[in-house]
Amino acid sequence: MIYVENKDLVIPGQVLADDECYPGRGTFKEDGKICSSLMGLVSLRNKKIRVIPLKSKYVPKKGDVVIGKINDVRFSMWDVDINSPYSGILPAFEVFGRDKKELNKVFDVGDVLFLRVIDVDEVKKAKLGLKGRGMGKFRGGIIVDISPTKVPRLIGKKGSMINMIKDKTNCKIVVGQNGLVWVKGKEDMEQLTREIIHMIEAEAHTSGLTNKVKNKLYLAIDGELPVEETEEEFVLEKPKLQNFKEELEQEEREQAEAEAEVEDEAETEIKDEVEDEAEEITEENEEKDAESKPDLYEVIEELKKKNQNKKDKNISFSDNSNNSFILNNR
Amino acid sequence: MVNIVPEITRESITNLIINDKREDGRALDEYRDISIETNVISKAEGSARVKLGGTQVIVGIKPQLGSPFPDTPDLGVLMTNCEMLPMADPTFEPGPPGDDSIELARVVDRGIRESELVDLDKLCVEEGKHVWMLFIDLHIIDNCGNLFDAAELAVMAALKSTKLPTATVVDDEVVIDEENTFDLPINNEVAMCTFVKIGEKMVLDPTLSEENVANARLNVGVTKEGRICAMQKGGAQPLTKDDIFTAVNIAISKTKELIENL
Amino acid sequence: MSDMIREDGRKFDELRPIKIEAGVLERADGSAYLEVGGNKILVAVYGPRESYIRRLLEPNTGVIRCRYNMAPFSVGDRKRPGPDRRSSEISKITADALRPALMLENYPRSMVDVYIEVIEAEGGTRCAGITAASVALVDAGVPMKDIVVGCAAGKVNDEVVLDLSEVEDKEGQADVPIAIMPRTGEITLLQSDGDLTEEEFQKAIDLAMEGCMKVSELQKEALMRKYSTE
Repeated sequence: MIYVENKDLVIPGQVLADDECYPGRGTFKEDGKICSSLMGLVSLRNKKIRVIPLKSKYVPKKGDVVIGKINDVRFSMWDVDINSPYSGILPAFEVFGRDKKELNKVFDVGDVLFLRVIDVDEVKKAKLGLKGRGMGKFRGGIIVDISPTKVPRLIGKKGSMINMIKDKTNCKIVVGQNGLVWVKGKEDMEQLTREIIHMIEAEAHTSGLTNKVKNKLYLAIDGELPVEETEEEFVLEKPKLQNFKEELEQEEREQAEAEAEVEDEAETEIKDEVEDEAEEITEENEEKDAESKPDLYEVIEELKKKNQNKKDKNISFSDNSNNSFILNNR
Repeated sequence: MVNIVPEITRESITNLIINDKREDGRALDEYRDISIETNVISKAEGSARVKLGGTQVIVGIKPQLGSPFPDTPDLGVLMTNCEMLPMADPTFEPGPPGDDSIELARVVDRGIRESELVDLDKLCVEEGKHVWMLFIDLHIIDNCGNLFDAAELAVMAALKSTKLPTATVVDDEVVIDEENTFDLPINNEVAMCTFVKIGEKMVLDPTLSEENVANARLNVGVTKEGRICAMQKGGAQPLTKDDIFTAVNIAISKTKELIENL
Repeated sequence: MSDMIREDGRKFDELRPIKIEAGVLERADGSAYLEVGGNKILVAVYGPRESYIRRLLEPNTGVIRCRYNMAPFSVGDRKRPGPDRRSSEISKITADALRPALMLENYPRSMVDVYIEVIEAEGGTRCAGITAASVALVDAGVPMKDIVVGCAAGKVNDEVVLDLSEVEDKEGQADVPIAIMPRTGEITLLQSDGDLTEEEFQKAIDLAMEGCMKVSELQKEALMRKYSTE
């Protein structure tokens, strides 16, 4: 007997089903009954019942991509705040190999980096590295923080949500699985993107969100709601699709939108697959952002020039703006 | 706990302010939304809750009969205490008030005291023996920046709502009549404007992220006649004379608006 | 059964009016506000988070720490700020009452802080604190087996009654605050203060449990209201 339906909002201790299901994440089994351990939405799939939390803290997992802030520079590593009950370390070895360098000349306290979780020890301390495209220090832009459970919603099915925002605002966006999002673009577009991201966070558990976001974007940028016919024009007008891959994405996105109503329903349920996509998407971001976010060795070279560069950096993105403070020491 | 501001956050906030903009779209001399509710605690003789953007403070006022200070035998006593509750901010720790909490209480108290808004003469029950002591307890419950102005508003509103029981001396004993109350006599009104300096500009009503980025703060307490009654400079960075004069000028017009809304 | 009417007009098994709201603070990870009778309780939850108080942490699970505090203006005569013996005891038993419901195995060496502020007190603050704390914990996304709920019964004028007011608490003969996990009915907090026969005690527990079940529904409603309106 199953007492709930897919996407039902449930609370801790609520009985979801009797024995015939498998208890998944966010549930536990007691006295032959499967109960929710969280406040969240039910995901029912192939007799496996899970609860996707509305809020939760990020717990580091091997292979995740995260955005972190350097909190301290030590003898042979950096302490990194990864917006989690558990802090991360970035060993110097992961950055220079066997070379000896002065750590704070490379990354200093307060720098924000895009990182990968290489390993997690038994007390959940995360070992971080920079191997991967686009990994390294962010320059300019703003940081937006959302609940890590909302990351798949922000990305959307096959990246539909995040790509729509990127296309319309012309902002670069990098999403960390720990709930931190880096946004860089024109100052007003950064602000708009921040607003949109917070809106997605607040309404992640509602349906029809993609359209709501789309309307808000169009209203803010074009001053009018999108019309189905102008949709194509918009695509044609768009100056630069950076590569073939993105064009494909664009097509997929439009297909998805054609079935908007149905899709939206489906999107509300946040699936494992989507969670995995979070990573794929961020990797795609990496590709697009490759020019602005140099890879490992370039990072080091550039950082050597950090001091001289400081002014240039500000000039090229003098219209930076920011959102609420981030990476608080929760 | 340390609170390190990300470098890119510092840059983006500073760059916005250089262009006279802020992350929440306000002008540099604009307040966030303010809501003031009085008489929120029935067990307190005066109380108020103030929301300033996301910042929330509660003030309760309790009178107690006590002895006057020897040098002012015919005046009542004001005591201001502030608790920065650990619920208000992840970096606030439980325990007795720290430096920040004491500074906040004293700056708020200075505004009230120096504007002479409470008529302390009328709080005397028997000269040299019995006076009303007013305990002003500030509870900080949500810190989203600019606790000073929120606290001063809350204290001001709470004082205005305060009703004291009448006390008379009969055969050398004080008799308190809880049934017959009188309004706390208030002579004046005061409000406070707090600024932080970011990118060479003075920014009114800073949010938490603006406070974190700034290294200098200025509180300006102004009475309803537009007279300066309390000031305090905080933070490690110096201010110029111009910074201060600019702030005072803004404070005099802004406090007028605040007081009108009380 | 009794048809006695109490000093505030309630029947023996009637609760005072209750209002619960989830998610009332910006900064806290989770929060709740609760009014019952003349009580006003605000609760904030932070965590699971890193803690620097190493001796409190456990290698296999997260831990909970509670702080129950009364505002100086919450009672008739001003209370001196800061902890006293009473509030320290309540803090401890509150943590003990909530702990059985928490599932923090996935958060070893972390800390969940629960801050209970009594803004105004009118009898039964510890139960109200626990009830509000559970809602704040759910709001914070802390995994739990159940939503703990507290309610008291007691003896006034030789009658066992539910949810004592301040006057009844002072003038009454006994007060039995309990907290339960409503799904299983297990009791996570029990105190008894006063004079009761075994029969009266059993009656008090039954009555308090019924009260808990009613309050439990209000907790659920508050949570659902917070997240399902949009």
